[in-house]
Amino acid sequence: MDYVIVGAGPAGVIAAETLAGLEPGADITLVSGEPEPPYSRMAIPYLLAEDIAEEGTHLRHTAGHYDARGIRVVHERVARLDPAARTLAFEGGGSRTYGKLLLATGAAPVRPPIPGMDLAKVKSCWTLADARQIIAGTKPGDRVVLMGAGFIGCIILEALVARKVKLTVIEMADRMVARMMDKTGGDMIGDWCRGQGVDVMTATRVTGIEEKVDGSLSLSLEGKEPVAADLVVCATGVRSNIGFLEGSGIDTGQGVLIDNYMATNLPDIYAAGDVAQGLDFSTGGHDVHAIQPTASEHGRVAARNMAGHRTAYRGSLVMNTLNTLGLISTSYGLWDGAEGGDEVVSLDRENARYLRLSFQGDVLVGALALGLTQHVGVLRGLIQTKVPLGKWKKVLQDDPHQIMTVYLACVQDATRRRAA
Amino acid sequence: MAWQRKVLRVDLTRGTSRVEPLNMEWANAYIGERGLGTKYLSENMDPKADALGPDNVLIFATGPLTGTMASTSGRYAVLCKGPLTNAIACSNSGGKFGAEMKFAGYDLIILQGRSEKPVYLHIVDDEVEILPADALWGKGVWFTEDWIKNHHGNPNLKVASIGEAGENLVRYACVVNDLHRAAGRSGVGAVMGSKNLKAIACHGTKGVRVDDPKRFMAVVKETHKKLAESGGRKELTKVGTNAMIDVMQEWGGLPTRNFQEVQFEGTGKINPEAAVTPNAHGHVNLITNKACFGCTIACGRIAHIDKEHFTVVNRKEYWHASGGLEYETAYALGPVVGVDDIDALTFANFMMNEHGMDPISFGVTLAAAMEMYEMGVLTREHTDGVELKFGNAEALAVMAEKTGKGEGFGKELGMGSMRLTAKYGHPELFMGVKGQEFAGYDSRALQGMGLGYATSNRGACHLKHDVFGEDMEDISGNNKAQPVKDSQDRVAMIDSTGLCLFTTAGWGVEDFVAQLDAACEGSWTKERCLESGERTWTLERMFNMRAGLTGADDSLPKRLLEDPAPSGNAKGKVAELGKMLPEYYAVRGWTTEGMPTNETLNRLAL
Amino acid sequence: MQKSLLIDPDKCTSCLQCEMACSFEHEGVFNPARSRIKIFEFEHGKRAVPYTCTQCAEAWCLHACPVEALVRNKTTGAVEVRDEICVGCKVCTIACPFGTVNYNPDSGKVIKCDLCGGDPQCAAACPTEAITYVDSAWTGYERMQAWAVKTDTKAATA
Ligand SMILES: Cc1cc2nc3c(=O)[nH]c(=O)nc-3n(C[C@H](O)[C@H](O)[C@H](O)COP(=O)(O)OP(=O)(O)OC[C@H]3O[C@@H](n4cnc5c(N)ncnc54)[C@H](O)[C@@H]3O)c2cc1C
Ligand code: SF4
Ligand code: SF4
Ligand code: SF4
Repeated sequence: MDYVIVGAGPAGVIAAETLAGLEPGADITLVSGEPEPPYSRMAIPYLLAEDIAEEGTHLRHTAGHYDARGIRVVHERVARLDPAARTLAFEGGGSRTYGKLLLATGAAPVRPPIPGMDLAKVKSCWTLADARQIIAGTKPGDRVVLMGAGFIGCIILEALVARKVKLTVIEMADRMVARMMDKTGGDMIGDWCRGQGVDVMTATRVTGIEEKVDGSLSLSLEGKEPVAADLVVCATGVRSNIGFLEGSGIDTGQGVLIDNYMATNLPDIYAAGDVAQGLDFSTGGHDVHAIQPTASEHGRVAARNMAGHRTAYRGSLVMNTLNTLGLISTSYGLWDGAEGGDEVVSLDRENARYLRLSFQGDVLVGALALGLTQHVGVLRGLIQTKVPLGKWKKVLQDDPHQIMTVYLACVQDATRRRAA
Repeated sequence: MAWQRKVLRVDLTRGTSRVEPLNMEWANAYIGERGLGTKYLSENMDPKADALGPDNVLIFATGPLTGTMASTSGRYAVLCKGPLTNAIACSNSGGKFGAEMKFAGYDLIILQGRSEKPVYLHIVDDEVEILPADALWGKGVWFTEDWIKNHHGNPNLKVASIGEAGENLVRYACVVNDLHRAAGRSGVGAVMGSKNLKAIACHGTKGVRVDDPKRFMAVVKETHKKLAESGGRKELTKVGTNAMIDVMQEWGGLPTRNFQEVQFEGTGKINPEAAVTPNAHGHVNLITNKACFGCTIACGRIAHIDKEHFTVVNRKEYWHASGGLEYETAYALGPVVGVDDIDALTFANFMMNEHGMDPISFGVTLAAAMEMYEMGVLTREHTDGVELKFGNAEALAVMAEKTGKGEGFGKELGMGSMRLTAKYGHPELFMGVKGQEFAGYDSRALQGMGLGYATSNRGACHLKHDVFGEDMEDISGNNKAQPVKDSQDRVAMIDSTGLCLFTTAGWGVEDFVAQLDAACEGSWTKERCLESGERTWTLERMFNMRAGLTGADDSLPKRLLEDPAPSGNAKGKVAELGKMLPEYYAVRGWTTEGMPTNETLNRLAL
Repeated sequence: MQKSLLIDPDKCTSCLQCEMACSFEHEGVFNPARSRIKIFEFEHGKRAVPYTCTQCAEAWCLHACPVEALVRNKTTGAVEVRDEICVGCKVCTIACPFGTVNYNPDSGKVIKCDLCGGDPQCAAACPTEAITYVDSAWTGYERMQAWAVKTDTKAATA
């Protein structure tokens, strides 16, 4: 079978490897829209912080890794898809056919429609090319404004602080990481950052950016004094890369719509990762979860289905973890509470510790934590196995930090029941 | 290496704390834990200070081997001037707290002054906070541990706290850590209470390093093996310390009904056999055994009470498992008060743990009260209407709880036996030394034990010497002075390492020495270690002398000196202290008044 | 035949010798806070459960890792952390549904059980044989796997 995978991020690479494993000898082409070997966007912050070199961001480190598996990596940007002819057209001219196709083109940053966003000193932070520009464009002491304190913004924040710039963070929402933290948690992260010398402005809207004669930038803010900067990094959100699919007949919403077997509405075309709008484990609906674990799971399950191993996807669980200047935060699933459910909260603002667990009946469905670092994963275990907590729910209600005890008690009880 | 080289000093009056370097000269001379704690105590307070006043100093001390892979490395000691004895108090405990304190980076914590309001100490590595304990005051140990862990959202915290008994200054209140391990004796919990300090909660991530890791691991492999193979160790693991109750019963050294007898007819109902035998409801007392930090013995027992037993039938909150009977608890809540109801004993033991009291002192105090009740000195008027007779299980259960909570006659029992018997005009009924009650061995049947009791620096105590072999071999008071002295020094050394005395079931001095030598810098020989033990013993003695004690305090009650043992191996014998004591002073190099001579002090560099 | 750790919680006395052995092997220091195996005690000491990675077939951690810092050792079957590659992003710590990969703030990297390269120190140190290292076929491995499968997104193979 002639497999073509468009996109060489984690979703694409894991799909290619899974296919190679399931079907040795298959013809597998991995199309990367960027010049570098397949790499991981997630590692970019560590490159900015100079913890690693560029090679450190690569998804695979062994020489000949792809060749050894019969995976051909080509560097082309796909311009159009013609499903009837089973053909992909490339931006640089040329085209190729496919037997089965996986769309794994990820997402790309979006910028707000305000004046000045096209200035050279306004950068995104999404690709290695972006990262190189930010590294070249910042030196210690520079005034840098970070627009957007969402999940990606907060990760970059840490890296920019490591670059020793003078950082100002401007966020439109009323708190930081609004899509992974409730007001309490987001505010605690904000306070933490301020405590470490980062200027954080929430509920603040940038209305435009101008370049001054001296080459510096000035950001106008709604109802506030303007802020000066040497560089602006924009992290105001991303959108699935579906532009090139226009006219192809593929069903799209926010991303490419897929069924529980990762298939699109068109035959032999699948989608995975940030580009796909797939099953959400918690809600049962379909959503784009632009996170690494989802990309890797999507990639594996899509490949299995493409290779004919029909495998239902159980849905991706939203999960994020963030290290904001040493404060570790985590969220899972329905962290903001479930309809008709209940929750338990433990809060110690002074010591920056916060834990909020959401239940539906006696099943854990979501969790949010600040300052929790050990055995965090069991939260996923409990949520994803939907294990009924029974009498152990009360223990969590009394002290949510007993999560590990409760988890083990449930595992033990389950194993004992099975043994009996 | 081995030591963290840091001391945390907390001034409770001012509400401040600071870290200072460990005095390594002292560490080299006194090792750690008991020895080093004694040195720091002597240097930091006036022994004449009021034990329950702000000038008393409370020290939590670990040893160099605490928190290492040496077996039983969980020990720490609590030192202060004791309110029961007005002598030095040094109680050690296992569980996990001691190791945790070390992992947080401290060899010692020194607590001075008195907080105006109830507080607790919250320590996570270098962060030390003194926090209000209003929510905890008036609560038991179990509640306190749960609350603190919950409040800080940190299940890794290990907690050492006092219960209501410590708050109420019960003279034998203890410090309890990890729910049911205790620095049990001499009232160290009352001193903590007098300082308005409810608890110390601690979590550490620093770990402990040793000087020669390779050699240390090789030595530890050997010592683990040696301990694993020893018969005594196997017995402790399988049966626990209560194996002793059958031995003492058989021997005729099991103090019964306030030492009126030396054998107890109900032993079979409270011995290890009874703990594993289903009762009429099919309930089995013992659930499992449990280890302290690093311990490859696991002598601890976890037990539960029959739900239908009168003590808990309407009290679900006591249906869970908790610390079970050890020998000393079985003795002090059993024979010495004449009770043979294992569930009642277990309940009373739960009360001891939850409210934070020493079961030995409580039981022996209750025994004296019972004797006075039977004599008619005390009546129902005094005892809140309770029939305080020997053998009354209900009286035991009720008084254990009342004493813990400081209610009614429990307040009187909280004074300890010496003060209670004196108050009611019968000081001769106090069964103890220097104000502290006896453990479960009768001095008439174990002569060396009697000498050890009389000379122990913290008042009557069975854990500061070890002459069982000699006592059982020769039932007379002959040739006891030297072995008592030697074992006192040896035990003082062992108590200073951070390891548990029960390892002597399989280890000799050389095993402790080998582990110390590999873990600590410098050369640690047997001579150096034993001399350190003797130095510690003598320094404790000097503390007591400075506090105002004299040789006259090295005594035993008239009952043991004059009333012959009524049965058993030693039938007809009395304690031969009058003969042994002068010999003992002589082998110690003390004057006939029991004062260390200058020569002795110089020899020990004191 | 590959071997795995067989854990029998009923035998565990919670002495933590295993935690010390593990931290000593990997960090050269006795430090339970950095042990890959952890004992959880509950119900007033009635239960103690030793807990570490089962080297599960799914290896959620490994797949979630963005830089291939987690790799399977073909000889022992253990999923190992390559310190020189780990960037400390912690995605594996939230991806492992067993909570057995943990972040070490001291090193800025994650730590997990690596079966000590085939000579598990925890098993050697355990005085009660609550941890043993035995042929995989004999262990409760399958049982743990069965549990793992419930979390498995690809389990329902039609
Ligand atoms: C700075 C940063 C930090 C992040 N941190 C985290 C984190 O901590 N945790 C987390 O879970 N997630 C994080 N993410 C998100 C995570 O990186 C993405 O969810 C993940 O990369 C998605 O994988 P993917 O394979 O779907 O898409 P991508 O990794 O975006 O890969 C898409 C691929 O498609 C190619 N492509 C796109 N369009 C075309 C085209 N037309 N023709 C050919 N090729 C094309 C691209 O070149 C690329 O190779 C972070 C992202 C960034 C940018
Ligand atoms: S760390 Fe977790 S996901 Fe990784 S192999 Fe172990 S159990 Fe599996
Ligand atoms: S096998 Fe080794 S790494 Fe794994 S838990 Fe045991 S000691 Fe630790
Ligand atoms: S060494 Fe064995 S008995 Fe001790 S805690 Fe670990 S598993 Fe339990």
